[in-house]
Amino acid sequence: MYPADLKYSKEHEWVKVEGTRGRIGLTHHAQNALGDVVFVELPKVGRAVKQMEAFGVVESVKAVSDVYSPVGGAVAEVNTALETTPELVNKDCYGAGWIVVVELANPKELDALMDVKAYEAFLASEGH
Amino acid sequence: MSGLESPLKQTPLHAQHRALGAKLVPFGRWEMPIQYRGILEEHRAVRSAAGLFDVSHMGEVEFQGSGALEALQRLTSNDAARLQVGQVQYSALTTPTGTFVDDLTVYRLAEDRYLVTLNAANIDKDLRWMREHAPGATIVDQSEATALVAIQGPRALAILQTLTPVDLAAIPYYWFGRGPVLGEEALLSRTGYTGEDGFEVYVSPQRAPDLWNALLKAGTPLGLLPCGLGARDTLRLEAKMALYGNDIDDEHTVLEADLGWIVKLQKGEFIGRDALARQKAAGVARKLVGFEMEGRGIARSHYPIVTGGVRIGEVTSGAPSPWLGKAIGLGYVAIAHAAVDTPIEILIRDQPVAARIVPTPFYKRSR
Repeated sequence: MYPADLKYSKEHEWVKVEGTRGRIGLTHHAQNALGDVVFVELPKVGRAVKQMEAFGVVESVKAVSDVYSPVGGAVAEVNTALETTPELVNKDCYGAGWIVVVELANPKELDALMDVKAYEAFLASEGH
Repeated sequence: MSGLESPLKQTPLHAQHRALGAKLVPFGRWEMPIQYRGILEEHRAVRSAAGLFDVSHMGEVEFQGSGALEALQRLTSNDAARLQVGQVQYSALTTPTGTFVDDLTVYRLAEDRYLVTLNAANIDKDLRWMREHAPGATIVDQSEATALVAIQGPRALAILQTLTPVDLAAIPYYWFGRGPVLGEEALLSRTGYTGEDGFEVYVSPQRAPDLWNALLKAGTPLGLLPCGLGARDTLRLEAKMALYGNDIDDEHTVLEADLGWIVKLQKGEFIGRDALARQKAAGVARKLVGFEMEGRGIARSHYPIVTGGVRIGEVTSGAPSPWLGKAIGLGYVAIAHAAVDTPIEILIRDQPVAARIVPTPFYKRSR
């Protein structure tokens, strides 16, 4: 449920490093806790985000949840498919359900994130 | 919530919810299933086949004896004297200003015996209110001795019929029957909170698990799903059934809530009658209306309703409508903006998003 090649945030986002960029999405735990995702509010391409700044919103039937950027940088791509098929966040949270790609401002920020082992331990410590 | 709060209460069906993998959440003082497989799937099951709900957290209170009707007439805005034995009525427990202590359903069980069903979060408040304002009445709290299971949807009757000899088709909407279900006496009420045909079955807590399991077993081949409070909320919103604490409360009157049909000024004196009579004569200044989102976004409870930058009201309930495939909501708006087709805007994260007032209910089943 938690791929080994990703880094994880305490707000349940993942980031996959792709050269100088980071692809970002919600973890299995986050999408499962939200339930059926019905709406995603994406940032504009070019927007600068700081590490752990909220850049978007994901809504399920019942809940409204901010999405935080696990790394700082400029938004390089947004997944516009989520505007018409937000359920991709549930169906394929590490694939077609990605949310944004950020041009990394400072790759050292990745060191503050968790690897898969640490994230699984974090989930267990939160009682999940 | 402070750490001193008592632990969450569980219904007699808690073990069933756990076994079904329900997502359990705190709901008032209760731990309740919000969903099993998913709110959208459960919602659609109720519209197309059937859904099974545990609503045992609801309160049940009996009014007994010769003073029962007089007490109910004084406490509620609808005319309980019109109830025949076997009939059910939607009503409001009103304050002197015509606002809601709670909304409730009133059952006439016998000549001198009535059952009222109350919102779970309001049981203690309602009991205090009713005992204070009808001091002579015999009021008996049966909440702990009663479990309540709702089966809703076009196939609800067929599924429930497999468990009882009571002729369910002979029970009209907002009437109830009594008889054995799985061999134990139960009250079978043709009511619900989903906009579908269906029944609410009152049984003892001891027999609730057997009833639940039997309905699941009989219903699953027909498409029945266990449903949580999440689907219950989207279903009732599409049917424009008010939710206490969201759409109705002690700050809005029964008339402002667009529930004039449960205000019977002619029946005689009741708490709030004078205020409601004055308001009816003068006209309401604000009204609960339904709206559809036209722009992208989902309205949620407490979001401001604006027009041209001016605040005209507030959202009380909002959600995506699985039936309509668009976001809908309810809210109070100033009466000048309450007409159907009036364009309004909902402030979503400080951005105005276009919406329009529409006729309600949003969903009406074909009969």
